[in-house]
Amino acid sequence: MKVTINGKEQEVSGIKSVRDLLDHLGLDCSKVAVEVNSCVIKRDEYDQTAISHGDVVEIVRFVGGG
Amino acid sequence: MKILVNERPVVVGEGTRLYELRDTLYPGADCIVVNGFPSPVDRTLREGDRVVFIKRGECPAPEEFEALLTARHTPGVHEKIRTATVGICGLGGLGSSVAVALGRIGIGRLILADFDVVEPSNLNRQCYFVDQIGMPKTEALKATLMRLNPYLKVVTHTQRVDEASVATLFEEVDVMVEALDRAEEKARLVEAFLTSYPTVPVVAASGLAGFGPANEIETRKVMKNLYVCGDFTSEAMEHQGLMAPRVGVAAHHQANAVLRLLLGYRP
Repeated sequence: MKVTINGKEQEVSGIKSVRDLLDHLGLDCSKVAVEVNSCVIKRDEYDQTAISHGDVVEIVRFVGGG
Repeated sequence: MKILVNERPVVVGEGTRLYELRDTLYPGADCIVVNGFPSPVDRTLREGDRVVFIKRGECPAPEEFEALLTARHTPGVHEKIRTATVGICGLGGLGSSVAVALGRIGIGRLILADFDVVEPSNLNRQCYFVDQIGMPKTEALKATLMRLNPYLKVVTHTQRVDEASVATLFEEVDVMVEALDRAEEKARLVEAFLTSYPTVPVVAASGLAGFGPANEIETRKVMKNLYVCGDFTSEAMEHQGLMAPRVGVAAHHQANAVLRLLLGYRP
């Protein structure tokens, strides 16, 4: 299915949830913020939040320092 | 013709000149700022001009002091930001510098939170001083802010901020600044604030360590209401420290983003 991730349309398969998507991208769940269709998703809902065809996803990965 | 002189409305006749006005109202003033810029020459005044007369070395009268503090602002900016509230979570290299920048331009109210005390290794990048070592950062920063702009309202919380407290501590902010240190804490704060207040913008930071080119620091809109300043990659770690120049670039990106948001512009 096609999903837009950080402004780029990408073809992904076998992705059902936000958690699946983060795993697919190799991202550490504890260091990201995720927005799906303009809604920020809580990390304890990553497993239950579905990713569907046409969804617009923004993912920010934070690095330490401040 | 209506003009402002040291922020007070004054009516002057058409054709009145700047130096003539100075000689009438502030004889001896040796610094004249017109519409935010020091004026080197005499000229005819125009409707709506904002003129500030300053005598170097002299402490202004209390009722004029605030006007002089903002004489060099772009006209109109201070009116818009003096009623704003900005929250800053984390008062280290980022947060202390953001607070000072916003304090200097006269943001109405700052809500500051940090649990920590000032220690010597902070001084290479954080807005604290040797005589503040051992003080809670909230107290030290508030004291500094009062010294540079006594008109600020500063609310402090000397505590760790977690998902539960972020919503109550920063309930009234117009813009939220994430200025924490660890990546996990940045992520948690951003998520907690935006899920509680999805329409209030957050300005976060990521990637500001080392001494790589300052030009690699940028401000990016990453979500509907989330802006991140930094290079997104330079992580603080062994052999890549945090130092004032680059941390300051990121902090001032954050401060400018806050200002633009308050003025209705996209950062």
